[in-house]
Amino acid sequence: MTIKKLTCIECPEGCRLTVDIENSRIIKVAGNKCPKGEEYAISEIENPVRILTSSVLSQGLGLKMIPVRTDKPIPKSRIFEAMEEIKKVRVSRPLSTGDIVVKNFSGLGVNLIATRRVK
Amino acid sequence: MIKRDLVIVGGGPAGMAAAVSAYENGVKDILLIERDQYLGGILNQCIHTGFGINYFKEILTGPEYADRFIKKIKDIQDIEVSLKSLVVKLTNDKTVTFLKPGRLETVKAKAVIMATGCREKTREMIHIQGTRPAGIFSAGLAQKLINIEGLLPGKEVVIIGSGDIGLIMARRFALEGAKVKAIIEIQKETRGLLRNVVQCVEDFDIPFYFNHKISRIYGKDRVEKVSVMKVDDNFNEIPGSLFEIKCDTILISVGLISENELIEMAGVKIEENKTSVPGIFVCGNSFKIYDMVDSVTEDSILTGKLAAEYIMSCK
Repeated sequence: MTIKKLTCIECPEGCRLTVDIENSRIIKVAGNKCPKGEEYAISEIENPVRILTSSVLSQGLGLKMIPVRTDKPIPKSRIFEAMEEIKKVRVSRPLSTGDIVVKNFSGLGVNLIATRRVK
Repeated sequence: MIKRDLVIVGGGPAGMAAAVSAYENGVKDILLIERDQYLGGILNQCIHTGFGINYFKEILTGPEYADRFIKKIKDIQDIEVSLKSLVVKLTNDKTVTFLKPGRLETVKAKAVIMATGCREKTREMIHIQGTRPAGIFSAGLAQKLINIEGLLPGKEVVIIGSGDIGLIMARRFALEGAKVKAIIEIQKETRGLLRNVVQCVEDFDIPFYFNHKISRIYGKDRVEKVSVMKVDDNFNEIPGSLFEIKCDTILISVGLISENELIEMAGVKIEENKTSVPGIFVCGNSFKIYDMVDSVTEDSILTGKLAAEYIMSCK
């Protein structure tokens, strides 16, 4: 059995988690103060994911840069590939907070959404 | 002179929450003064997630958190927002003088809430020897350049201090393709949140040096390198530990200080969320430095209520 130590990133508390792993399977998660910690530990071992936030260039709108994020977490391993796509995005239509900027972004099955209103 | 029931200085998270709270507690004549062209304050450049988990029970980015309050304020007719307006004077009779494009205005208020936020400590405050070349930024300034202006300040970065903004910017530079060569922290452990160590530093394999300090900055026109030394518990150099890191950019992330010059100019002393002058209140990061915007919101809601009670008691 291997024991892996993690720090939960779901909230500012930052619980120190201990994960027991046997034959590539998670046996037990300890140290979490809420259920999110267990979910995080499982995801972090099996398929670590992150919400990606960045900003994209606008053309002819009131803000030069429009902040964006993925509406769901994406695999950590694909973050730099996603950043390359983000750099190519140009927005020329007004958006409200939450509006989709790119649907099925970079084939990841998530949408890229605006996090600020721009006129 | 214009008269108002309540004047709030600062349209960031503190000022906006105080305005909404004061309104909900019965104040119907509110002027909210903001120096930028948008409401939202520092949240507009904090495009990463991690806001709102306590107050909204959701994980939001800074602009999304701000948007919730901006919408509320727009829906309340009794809150007038004055943008591009810089307060230059506060007096202890609750008179506020501010510049807005083309004119100087003076307003006399029954109550004033100061929600002027904070600013970053600078290089000068931590006494680093060396030259003064281009390429030295506070972490928050670099954040503004990248996220608002779309400019990348440098390609090889060393971060001094491990405050949350520095950690967040380590990730931001890494995402933009810059090389973050080191985070140098004089203390034994991070000043930032543990989750930022994980998702901003460890995720990107950025070297984190604890018990280390920058001893000198080198470079004529642009930053060229820094020298770094290991220190003991009393921050004295451990002999033989000196080494150099080549870089073109240095970020300073060593903490925040409340912005209270206007209050000091008025000769007013801060006492909890009130001050030595009845009717002048302080909230958010200008009162004390909070780790989380959610706490700023809670603090400011309370202050908005205190101001409302004060105004009611005047009638």
